Amino acid sequence: MSLSVKHLLGIRDLQRSDIETIFQTADSFKDVLQRPIKKVPTLRDTTIVNVFFENSTRTRISFELAEKRLGADVVNFSASGSSVSKGETLIDTVNNILAMKVDMVVMRHSATGAPHFLSKHIDVPILNAGDGINEHPTQALLDAFSIREKLGSVEGKKVAIVGDIMHSRVALSNIYCLKKLGAEVTVVGPPTLIPKYLANALGVNVTYNLREALEWCDVANVLRIQLERLKMPLFSSLREYSLVYGINKQLLDSLHKEVVIMHPGPINRGVELSSDAADSKQSIILQQVENGVAVRMAALYLLSGKTPNITVTGN
Amino acid sequence: MKTILNDKQLGITIDRLCHQLLENHLRFENTVLIGLQPRGIYLSDRIHQKLTQLLPGTPIPYGKLDITFYRDDFKTNPAIHVPNETDIDFSIENKKVVLIDDVLYTGRTIRSALDAMLDFGRPSSVELLVLVDRRFSRQLPIQPDYTGRTIDAIVSQKVRVIWAEKDGKDEVVLVD
Repeated sequence: MSLSVKHLLGIRDLQRSDIETIFQTADSFKDVLQRPIKKVPTLRDTTIVNVFFENSTRTRISFELAEKRLGADVVNFSASGSSVSKGETLIDTVNNILAMKVDMVVMRHSATGAPHFLSKHIDVPILNAGDGINEHPTQALLDAFSIREKLGSVEGKKVAIVGDIMHSRVALSNIYCLKKLGAEVTVVGPPTLIPKYLANALGVNVTYNLREALEWCDVANVLRIQLERLKMPLFSSLREYSLVYGINKQLLDSLHKEVVIMHPGPINRGVELSSDAADSKQSIILQQVENGVAVRMAALYLLSGKTPNITVTGN
Repeated sequence: MKTILNDKQLGITIDRLCHQLLENHLRFENTVLIGLQPRGIYLSDRIHQKLTQLLPGTPIPYGKLDITFYRDDFKTNPAIHVPNETDIDFSIENKKVVLIDDVLYTGRTIRSALDAMLDFGRPSSVELLVLVDRRFSRQLPIQPDYTGRTIDAIVSQKVRVIWAEKDGKDEVVLVD
């Protein structure tokens, strides 16, 4: 069994069977992570570079841990303090890194499509760790993996994605991933933050009423307001947003059922999610982070077989 | 296709292997069994079952080990292996471990298994039990301690171990 793709650029390119293979493999890695020795030697002959042109805490640490627990050698690159500020192009930067014999690239970039562009020019597997407002595939995989773990399966489950849908790569990847796995998806947020074509193009339900969405769903994936990507004021104030679309414990307790709360981080506490809701026992936010390492190990492991120019020795 | 062991012979061979284990391990006080995923566990299931019958009242720790992440041919093998479950819910520290697999061929699986096992602790000793030993074909210095049947086979031939639990009948055959 192996994946149908050479790169992990987005969930859009994956088959359902690819996602299931990743989950099955991640189950085994999750098991490895519970052992006293949380490490396997699988990628000990592989060097991986993490190229981050945009800030990251969780994704970067999670990828780095995943790589190290697979036994790979890891090189980190961040745009600040590099020759990018001297005007070096993306292809030149990456090709120079690859010239030092690197086998895989994990990349985050603020420009949509940057890893897709790169994949046409270089030969080694690329994992997209977030590109602009397009996709963040490993986040969607770990979100769906966490739902599967919490509720037994993703098929037939009702998931509400709450907040800034327009600027969120997590939302888009999640929609692709959940739909491919047979879940129902509703997006909820202010009309200005939900693209008009979304319902038709991706087959999701759209509502502007938070309570209605929460009464309907099994899982609420709450997104951060991406202040850095807001080019114009699309809602009047954070305070107003928080009053209308913020989730707190009081609201959750007033529902007729227990909704599982997820958040991809970083949380703006008191804006989209209050502390009492984020830290409540129906929240699986920290389990998501834990699962992230296992899911990224699975993605790296399955793609590493696609590294070209392997010298064949032995049987 | 040539039969190496039929269902009756297979049963007798497994009984003999169990008695050989008893000879060396007596009451199984400090011994654990570990079967190798995916095909070795059918044999280890049978052996564990039989030993439990022979030693009523003695719990014999029994685990299953998956070696997918420890293989040395993972990059050169076009079909990436999806892992099986590893299930070892006891400590192997200072225990006598009996590794169990169906066919011993190049020895590379056992090499990987030793690596994988050492991540769970340091056993006091490790022995190897196999149902079929393809002698003169080893690529590593690894030999079994308990052998069901030793055979000579050329590279193009394959040994198939067929289990009632999975394939409907018990048989060991040599396929050309």
